[in-house]
Amino acid sequence: MTINVNPPVAPDTTMQMGPQDYIRRSASSVPQPARQLEPVAKLIDVSKCIGCKACQSACLEWNDLREEVGINVGVYDNPHDLTPNTFTLMRFTEWVNPETDNLEWLIRKDGCMHCADPGCLKACPAPGAIVQYSNGVVDFVKENCIGCGYCVKGCPFDIPRISKVDNRSYKCTLCSDRIAVGQGPACAKACPTKAIVFGTKEEMKAHAAERIEDLKSRGYDNAGLYDPPGVGGTHVMYVLHHADKPSIYAGLPDNPRISPLVEAWKGVTKYAGLAVMGMAAAASVFHIAIAGRNRVTVEDDEEARRLTGTAPGAAPLDPDKEPLS
Amino acid sequence: MSDSTLHGHNRPIPEVSKADIDRGDRLHVGREVVVDRYTKWARINHWITAVSLILLALSGLALFHPSLFWLTALFGGGQMTRMLHPWFGVVLFFSFFGLFIRFWRLNLPKREDVQWASQIGDVLSNQEEKLPEVGKYNAGQKAVFWSMSVLIMVLIASGLGIWEEYFSQYLTVEQLRVAMLIHSIAAVVIICVWIIHVYAAFWVEGTLRAMTRGNVSGGWAWRHHRKWLRALATYGKRDDQTDRKN
Repeated sequence: MTINVNPPVAPDTTMQMGPQDYIRRSASSVPQPARQLEPVAKLIDVSKCIGCKACQSACLEWNDLREEVGINVGVYDNPHDLTPNTFTLMRFTEWVNPETDNLEWLIRKDGCMHCADPGCLKACPAPGAIVQYSNGVVDFVKENCIGCGYCVKGCPFDIPRISKVDNRSYKCTLCSDRIAVGQGPACAKACPTKAIVFGTKEEMKAHAAERIEDLKSRGYDNAGLYDPPGVGGTHVMYVLHHADKPSIYAGLPDNPRISPLVEAWKGVTKYAGLAVMGMAAAASVFHIAIAGRNRVTVEDDEEARRLTGTAPGAAPLDPDKEPLS
Repeated sequence: MSDSTLHGHNRPIPEVSKADIDRGDRLHVGREVVVDRYTKWARINHWITAVSLILLALSGLALFHPSLFWLTALFGGGQMTRMLHPWFGVVLFFSFFGLFIRFWRLNLPKREDVQWASQIGDVLSNQEEKLPEVGKYNAGQKAVFWSMSVLIMVLIASGLGIWEEYFSQYLTVEQLRVAMLIHSIAAVVIICVWIIHVYAAFWVEGTLRAMTRGNVSGGWAWRHHRKWLRALATYGKRDDQTDRKN
């Protein structure tokens, strides 16, 4: 078991990742990568989280971001939502378990789930603004981002946020810059209870299985892993004590998938739309070839002259502009 | 001696009224008949609308399909395209509103429009002598006018919602997705309507001149908009003489 909470400082070259490892690139295609990186995952064990927000701090620290000082409205969530600076956010839910009548404090670390089938990437119109590596990391390439907000519509988890400062989209990178040199994400490193762990996806699933077994032995019969198949699985997974109802965890989607509206927009509309416009243009060319132009005849001009010759309201043409006979 | 006996047309001569004429429409009779169709301000209004619609189409298509993303270069890159597109839309909306005020009245449906539309085959094969006489606009032009009117309303409403810089925060993500889909479908339709509009102006020779110089030849008016020409011949421009005839 190599849960990479505190990895060696020496770079682990096996994990180095770069553009050669892209398996998807928004609004463009990439060649089949020569190698397949080992899929990675971050596992967030909600049952072990104490809500200290060390992960939030570590995220700001590593990414060199600052959040504005906000206003307390009586909840622990701070800030109140994800922002272009807050890539990860602890969401606190006070939930009364109807079976036990116990108050349960559910704390979920929200952020990008790094979907295997990323809706943001599907929606993105800017070539190369969103990329997916063969190890599963979905990353935004800020230089290519145009700030349109299509990724917001594409995301099944409501994660990306557009900066009002530079009009670019931001979200958790899974610390791709740390992973590339063999380090785990900053949040995982900072977590004091090891509620956040990072490693290969296989390792994380195995670790989750142990945790779930433990939770079940302690009465959480519905404990389980959140790795939603609707988006092809995710590279950020949760261990939930109530995996049968993810939505109690501050609205974690029960069965996330790319919205059919987004599929229609980025699927049939995109292709049929171009085809229909092309057909309209082609029909024009076809029609002019068959029917020819609709021309005014000499007779039409004569009729007009006859009809209007006696018209009472006709203003005479400016004699200076009369054509010479 | 009536028109129908003289020229072998067996279609009825329609009743015309002063209401068949727009304010700027004028008849000039000399060696040639020339009919003023669009005033200077109507033409300026039209071309502002046209330019903004073309800019909208180019900038919108750039973000619609990856194969057209290169069009962003025309606007100074992706960020600029994203920023400018909604502003083009604002210009179009107000500009088209001006056109709507100018043109809506003579674009109201008339009885002959049904007949005209039912004979679309004769329209397409240039056999206009088989069609009923129409006023300033035929049913096809009216269809373009009302399609544009409705589609621009749909596009501005959905477009404001997905205007990331100012308005997206007021909508839920689900509402944004609906707006996005509606906006893209309406955009495809309006581009098709635009293609038909531009093509028809080219197909029917002598039409473009109405939007450049502002007038058409008498023969053009006789051939394509005879009811309008009759109304002009009957009521003309000079208001003081309109009561003399009829």
